[in-house]
Amino acid sequence: MDTEKVIQHPSSKIIYLQKIARQLRVDVVKSLANAGSGHLGASLGLADLFSVLYFSELNHRPADPNWDQRDRLVLSIGHVAPILYAALARSGYFPTEELATLRKLGSRLQGHPGKHHGLPGIEISTGSLGQGLSAAVGMALCAKLDKTDSRIFCVMGDGECQEGQAWEAMMSAAHYKLDNLTLIVDVNKVQIDGPTDKVMNLGSLTHKAEAFGFEVWNINGNNIKQLLDTFYYSKEIDRPVLILANTIMGKGVKPLEGDYRWHGKAPKPEEVNEFVNYIMG
Amino acid sequence: MKAGRTGFGEGLLEIGKKDPRVVALGSDLTVSTGMHLFLKEFPERFFSFGIAEQNIIGVAAGMALSKRIPFMSSYGVFSALRTTDQIRVSICYNDLPVKIGGAHAGLSVGPDGATHQALEDIAVMRVLPKMTVLSPCDATQTKLATIASVEQVDGPAYIRYGREAMPDFTSEQQEFVVGKAQILSKGDDATIIATGHLVYEALLTAEQLAKKGVSVRVLNMHTIKPLDEESIIKAAAETGALVTAEEHQINGGLGGAVAEVLAKRYPAPVEMIGMPDQFGESGNPMELLDKYRMTHPYIAKAVERVIKRKAR
Repeated sequence: MDTEKVIQHPSSKIIYLQKIARQLRVDVVKSLANAGSGHLGASLGLADLFSVLYFSELNHRPADPNWDQRDRLVLSIGHVAPILYAALARSGYFPTEELATLRKLGSRLQGHPGKHHGLPGIEISTGSLGQGLSAAVGMALCAKLDKTDSRIFCVMGDGECQEGQAWEAMMSAAHYKLDNLTLIVDVNKVQIDGPTDKVMNLGSLTHKAEAFGFEVWNINGNNIKQLLDTFYYSKEIDRPVLILANTIMGKGVKPLEGDYRWHGKAPKPEEVNEFVNYIMG
Repeated sequence: MKAGRTGFGEGLLEIGKKDPRVVALGSDLTVSTGMHLFLKEFPERFFSFGIAEQNIIGVAAGMALSKRIPFMSSYGVFSALRTTDQIRVSICYNDLPVKIGGAHAGLSVGPDGATHQALEDIAVMRVLPKMTVLSPCDATQTKLATIASVEQVDGPAYIRYGREAMPDFTSEQQEFVVGKAQILSKGDDATIIATGHLVYEALLTAEQLAKKGVSVRVLNMHTIKPLDEESIIKAAAETGALVTAEEHQINGGLGGAVAEVLAKRYPAPVEMIGMPDQFGESGNPMELLDKYRMTHPYIAKAVERVIKRKAR
């Protein structure tokens, strides 16, 4: 990564964010075990990103979820709702006890984010892949028209980039010069049927996105320092930004790491202690 | 004679003047859909997104979540069918005030042929929860419907309108209330429930049959959803025989909606005028309407058939 200067983050900040990430992983394991179904793999893989977003990067007010100057996060990859919910709960949007209601009848924590069920912090209901970035483009466009400093973030999966609509959205982000839009793609190189390059080869996402007018960073998405540095640099860029966050599916629970079969599985209750021990190290 | 798209364009302009939240998203069919009037007046509120309808729907969702009332329009085949999942999830599941124009509805698109003739859009849009489906009968009513889609509807709306200049027979003074059918002709022997341009054909039918002493009620069902069930039941109770007429497949559109109501609440014989589960083709509009039996001579025959089926 091109850097003009070395950014010093206080080591206490990095340690703090790593601790949050561990907590989020534990929350994800427990809430999914409680639910009996859900998507463990990528939810674990994204814990570091969500720690950085909700505890460092986003300009937001958990006590005032509709604050009109807030940064907004669109979870296009809706099935990793568990990590979003954990981050929202831990940063103060709703009580952490409610995480135990994930996917249950009557819960505000729907299997994929369902805004009208009333959970604070959900910008838009998602779950059908490829749609969220378009909405993020609409929000970013309006933020510019309204001359606010709000930044719009969108998280997608790499498999999700097989959806054509994602590229329509990227094309339009560049057309409208949405430099307040940051797209983060979770590149864990796997999807339901197996490795992405066997299912449908994405080729070079870097080259594709650059051709579509994005500034692209390719980083280790499980490295908090790299995430912090990248977000810092991306603020100065005058076009939309894509952060390819290379993560490991199942990160934090060693026996699961890299195993695509954990895309859509939840841990069994008797596995919880073992998984938590791996996370806490 | 006036084109439905002119009505849409005038309606969009007028509601745009009244409500500063209204924005318009173009899909490379600005003039063809009638949006150019809005573009001319409010260029800073018009956003071109090209031939990417799924993205446009999503962008509209994002803008609606940023305090705008977004309109988008393309031909009904593209704005409603290509985009169905996006409308379902990004718009309806989120219950957002996005207004979708379905231009070039029906067979009367003419020479462009089957791919451009929307004959399935009513069926698909009406089955989506939270969606309001409007199908005005002429250009003037299209203008009123477009304005009403903002003033009377809080959530998602689909407005279906035609391409060609067709008879423009309603007036702006005729009140347009979403969900309330208009009785355009009184009668007791049978009812024609029509929508879109076929309302005009239904009125011609009523005139024609009046000369034979058959009095036909004509209901303009300009709102397919929410359907004016009471007017349908009243028609069944008071006239005993119904014909539905739409430039749309006979499966699942207005005919289906009416049949659902009657079967549940007041069974009565129904004849359906519409596309008989086929794709359209190239031709001039009136030729096509005639070939597929949607013009008044065929509607009249359907009325005569359904009267014979009345319960003794």
